[in-house]
Amino acid sequence: MKTREYKVTQVLAHIICLLFSISALLPFILMTIGSFTDDTWASLYGFTFFPGEWSLDAYRYIIMKWEVIGKAYLMTIIVTLIGTSVSLVLSTLFAYGISKTGVKGMKVISFLLIFTMLFNGGLVSTYYSYVRIWGIKDTIWALIVPGHLMNAFNVVLLRNYFTNSIPASLEEAAKIDGASIFKSFLSVVLPLSKPILATVGLMTGLGYWNDWQNGLYYLSARNGSQYYTIQIILNNINENVTALTQAITSNIGAVNAVKPPSVTIRMAIAVVGILPIVIAYPFFQRYFVKGITLGGVKE
Amino acid sequence: MKTSETIKIKSKRKWYRDWPYYLMVLPGLLYLFVNNYLPMFGIVIAFKKLDFSKGIFGSDWAGLNNFKFLFRTKDAWTITRNTICYNIAFFLMGTIAAILLAILISELRSKRLSKLYQTIVLLPFLMSWVVVSYLVFAFLSADTGFVNNTLLRILGIDKMINWYATKEYWPFILVFVYVLKSVGYSMIIYLSSIVGISQDYYEAARIDGASKLKQIRYITLPLIKPTFITLFILSVGQVFRSDFGLFYQVTKNSGPLYEYTRTIDVYVYQALMKNSDYSMSSAASVYQSIIGFVLIVLANQFIKKYQASSALF
Repeated sequence: MKTREYKVTQVLAHIICLLFSISALLPFILMTIGSFTDDTWASLYGFTFFPGEWSLDAYRYIIMKWEVIGKAYLMTIIVTLIGTSVSLVLSTLFAYGISKTGVKGMKVISFLLIFTMLFNGGLVSTYYSYVRIWGIKDTIWALIVPGHLMNAFNVVLLRNYFTNSIPASLEEAAKIDGASIFKSFLSVVLPLSKPILATVGLMTGLGYWNDWQNGLYYLSARNGSQYYTIQIILNNINENVTALTQAITSNIGAVNAVKPPSVTIRMAIAVVGILPIVIAYPFFQRYFVKGITLGGVKE
Repeated sequence: MKTSETIKIKSKRKWYRDWPYYLMVLPGLLYLFVNNYLPMFGIVIAFKKLDFSKGIFGSDWAGLNNFKFLFRTKDAWTITRNTICYNIAFFLMGTIAAILLAILISELRSKRLSKLYQTIVLLPFLMSWVVVSYLVFAFLSADTGFVNNTLLRILGIDKMINWYATKEYWPFILVFVYVLKSVGYSMIIYLSSIVGISQDYYEAARIDGASKLKQIRYITLPLIKPTFITLFILSVGQVFRSDFGLFYQVTKNSGPLYEYTRTIDVYVYQALMKNSDYSMSSAASVYQSIIGFVLIVLANQFIKKYQASSALF
């Protein structure tokens, strides 16, 4: 029924959605084009969508510095893979346990989990604890353990899935057949949980990939730089630039900060940093959306 | 529910038979202890005059001195104001944008295009704030940014603006950036809520001659209220927290902007990492944690009175 109201609604909807979409896409396009812009041209005329001179120099630089950047890439991948797999094991086991509310004490343990979402010791305590008590400063554990290794939000997602989407009758049947609790978990529950495992795995992986704070807090330039990930490198460049600018504007003589790479090179590093996510995104989009939907809407 | 039926059958459950379950939660519990509960005890640092040579337990008690010291500074007021005001602005603008987009996307006839819009709008959410700071830099850099060099010239404005040194623009910049990054996420939540609304309501309204606007006002909006309320409590509970990445990375930690861009989290970080000022940073951190906790409990109690099913606990 192509009434006038229908047409107006469609046009309005398309215009506004288009506006948001363009606003979301434009920065990525600008940054990518910026990375392919000639540096001298860019310093004169700035980043635009139609640069006067194109250049692959930024990427040549990256290949030249591949020892540093490639290593950071590798580190990002390693941390993400290890972190995500350990996190999945930890979270899934925990979530399965607390889903059994009939078992004595599970309600209390469940509360212990939820409480961490309400109250937090804060950066100072956490930092003090991890550095002075557990000594993770300048180790790879600094990137894997703090914060991401078991996320209360994800555990709740898993628990809800185990409770609502795995029929108890299946586990009962396994038990009658003589399966132990572990066997029932591994052979019955887990295979049926593949969708939620994929979702939680992806959200956790994304968290690890994007994390720059753990590196900022726990890795020093002197002793921790071998564990730098791409995000940490990007952050360090930012800090160096700020340090340099502030030193210049306050006329400090000797500047300790290393001269940061040119603007186009910085854009190129950022592009390299987000490339895997952007490429993998269309394939994993539905898992992300599923995760967001499950987490946000009350059943 | 199925689990409670199981309980009724096995009311005399032997707890030691359940040892696998306890084993399963053990690693997670250990992690919760290390990552969350042990640091909670560290709150005591805020009440002590921390001397590293003596350790936490050996250091002298300072009572509320650290807090007194903190609240005497002008900083305490600006960081609190910044944190709260931004959170209010973020929630307002973010919700309006998310609901607007969700409703519009649900109205689109082309499923392919609506999926495409969803995909694109969610993309910024997947980026880290470090990357976002680079995206923003490409626009706002004083020398090489798109805005200074191209956009302003197109608009006929002759001068260059030093964005990273002029604090007045940043409330707007930060809200804009935040909304763009988070709207994909919130929109999906509202959209899944809207999709669940029975079409019969709209049919009936259409037969009664209601316009699209009326339908939205009297059907859609009331029915997504539960979702809105849940999100509202969550954000009230978080009102003293800020996304560190947004305020530290996107602003490039630029000094001249501090008055409008420093939030409690940024302050705690700087006091701790740059100044090694454990007293101030821990006081600010504890201040934040305690008030946040009180707020979320209060908000939840409040919601229990009006819409019990939406309460968190």
